[in-house]
Amino acid sequence: MLRIKKWFDSGTPYIWMNAGAVSISIIMVVGLIYLIAVRGLSHFWPADIAVFDYYAEPEAPKERLIAEFADEETVSRSRAGNPKYEGDFIKRDLIKMGNRDITGLDFKWILNAGIENKTYPNEVMVIERREWGNLYGFLVGLNINGNKITENNLFWSTFQNRIEESNNIFDEIRHIEKDLIGAINYKMERLRLDERSLELNQQKTPENLIILEDKRRELKEKYDALVNELEKLYTELNSSSFTVKIADGQEKTFQFSKIVRAVKPNAMNKLDKIRHYFEKLWEFFSDDPREANTEGGIFPAIFGTVLMVIIMAIIVTPFGVIAAVYLREYAPQGPTTRFIRIAVNNLAGVPSVVYGVFGLGFFVYFLGGSIDELFFPEALPAPTYGTPGLLWASLTLAILTVPVVIVATEEGLSRVPREIREGSLALGATKAETMWLTVLPMTAPAMITGLILAIARAAGEVAPLMLVGVVKMAPSLPLDGNAPFLHLDRKFMHLGFHIYDVGFQSPNVEAARPLVYATSFLLIVLIVALNMVAIHIRNNLREKYKSSEES
Amino acid sequence: MTEEITNTHAIDLSKIRGDSVTKNISEEEICIKVNNFNLFYGEKQALENINLVIPKKRVTAFIGPSGCGKSTLLRCFNRMNDLIDSVKMSGEILLDKKNILEKTEDVADLRRRVGMVFQKPNPFPKSIYENVAYGLRIQGVNDRRTLDDAVEKSLKGAALWDEVKDRIGESAMGLSGGQQQRLVIARAIAIEPEVILLDEPASALDPISTLKIEELIYKLKEDYTIVIVTHNMQQAARVSDYTAYMYLGKLIEMNDTGTLFTTPRKKMTEDYITGRYG
Repeated sequence: MLRIKKWFDSGTPYIWMNAGAVSISIIMVVGLIYLIAVRGLSHFWPADIAVFDYYAEPEAPKERLIAEFADEETVSRSRAGNPKYEGDFIKRDLIKMGNRDITGLDFKWILNAGIENKTYPNEVMVIERREWGNLYGFLVGLNINGNKITENNLFWSTFQNRIEESNNIFDEIRHIEKDLIGAINYKMERLRLDERSLELNQQKTPENLIILEDKRRELKEKYDALVNELEKLYTELNSSSFTVKIADGQEKTFQFSKIVRAVKPNAMNKLDKIRHYFEKLWEFFSDDPREANTEGGIFPAIFGTVLMVIIMAIIVTPFGVIAAVYLREYAPQGPTTRFIRIAVNNLAGVPSVVYGVFGLGFFVYFLGGSIDELFFPEALPAPTYGTPGLLWASLTLAILTVPVVIVATEEGLSRVPREIREGSLALGATKAETMWLTVLPMTAPAMITGLILAIARAAGEVAPLMLVGVVKMAPSLPLDGNAPFLHLDRKFMHLGFHIYDVGFQSPNVEAARPLVYATSFLLIVLIVALNMVAIHIRNNLREKYKSSEES
Repeated sequence: MTEEITNTHAIDLSKIRGDSVTKNISEEEICIKVNNFNLFYGEKQALENINLVIPKKRVTAFIGPSGCGKSTLLRCFNRMNDLIDSVKMSGEILLDKKNILEKTEDVADLRRRVGMVFQKPNPFPKSIYENVAYGLRIQGVNDRRTLDDAVEKSLKGAALWDEVKDRIGESAMGLSGGQQQRLVIARAIAIEPEVILLDEPASALDPISTLKIEELIYKLKEDYTIVIVTHNMQQAARVSDYTAYMYLGKLIEMNDTGTLFTTPRKKMTEDYITGRYG
């Protein structure tokens, strides 16, 4: 009894308790990241493709299937729909059959007992297409510029070369369509707006119109040239095709323009698979999404998130710091200041969607609408800034996070020792000089701490963004080659919203699931990376402005 | 200057109003003159009817028990008390015959003329060089050569040059306490003030550093008027030319140091310097 009391008094149990709490937190965080990483990143690993006969019932006619096994589970008989196979519990497999355009189904649950003659032939291939998802089958024929080729030694390499060629052509087409013609369209639109503004200003004189008309003709010529080039490219692209024998024995012919890549996963060795894996991972990271966001990459979402966070940081830091300096250094410390401080702290607790509503009402409709009327009357009734966009999303998040920056900066200001301030004042510095030369540099680490918290919060926020500028699919990035280069009025994509969209709004749930994990993982990595940068800056500053007590 | 001297040993604080030593100092030798000065923190009176003079290019020490107002008085000479909202002052403090308590006084300019060194070393978290150059930069001096010269001269003046000349670009936070305090003194003399106020400059330092500071004070009085507040009576006796004893916000006695420590005219002073004061 006494020993137990002594043990308690020694403080050991509390140390254990505290250590336990820390361990649990760490396990949870590591577990979360592990789960997301494994589920998400394994998606890009090339799975083996099985070819097998399947009997939906013991006596049913056999079906030949080519599929990749995605998942398996054992369920009760009734849950499996009372099949005619034996057993109280039925094992079933989730297979990805691809060929969505032909079978109508991408994924399907089948009964394990009905599978027979399962083989993994080397010749089976997976073709990633730009539309309709994957195609599984055997390559049986090629038609390169009219030359029909069937089985020979160079069959596969000819096929691969042609895929690469057509991908290059496709990239060029996309470059022309998106960048070059996009730029012409952008300029055309500017001309239309110029004409409209001339009209509004009652300056629509023939002389002015001629200038516009000249410019327009010039653009039209460029456009026609590009269209000609495009036509040539399209002819070249569509001059070749290939034929695939799919699972049920049918032979189908496809254009090369429709596919991204073709691989034979069963024939790949480890090294090939690793290379393929990183290729896919890079594509996920750097490409535009395809097929309602369930295929391709998420680059626009990454770009949008980072750009929005950066703009938010540029807005929120000076604003928060200035407010904190006034509150702490200049405002008379009384009930009013205390009330304001409490109100600011409480702002951090307001649900974020409320900020979204505020942003929509105040920024988008009121501010944006006024800006449109004042500066962009020629575009009306089509709104320029009076519609959700990057600027408003960044501003909304800036108000959402400004309390964090204010609180952190105030904390930092209060930690600057009085002696340092007095030392500066005693040398004839005014209060403002003391602030600029000594106090604010010493507060910089605290400001960055506030900024880190703000970034962490802003990058993960989704709800308010849905109201003020994020969309499922943005046609162009908010940063491009058309002056003024940064288009703050454009809508943009965002990782958090992308997760929501892929996970809940996707037409192809099974295909989207791993992408939800992968995107989540990427979002975490992104936030960690942004924070790392900020923490690195802060630590450097801390080292530089170590005050006397800490040294 | 009031010359009401209480010669009796009966202590009547209300009648004590300054001291007579100042009559020996000619007008030209006076740097700071305090006339009928009162200071209140809110309702509480912290300094009561202070009258004294600080002679030029001499070391004047303020001694007295804690809370007697000696630091408060010192901080009035460069208006450092302005930072406290509740402070109210009356009377006059004349620096070169001009009242520095006037509302129109440019406080920043005053502080350039009256430098100050605090109890705890307070270098800025910058390089040694930037610490010393700080005051000059504020005055708009940015010419590299001028700054280099001023920094070297000030560090030599503060007897720190030989110790830091090889690492002048390093952070001042890496210096020892004694070095930091001398750096702060170098920082103060870099802007060439007329007066240097030292608020217990050695109380946070070890004996050797204290000795160095005292030697430095001795050297500095050739060029500057120095006012030092100290708890340490030996220190006052060693470094100062004049000493003022304060008690409960009043100036009890001021005289040249030798006289004050050997033949104090007031019982209170005697009690304090002989250690009989409770």
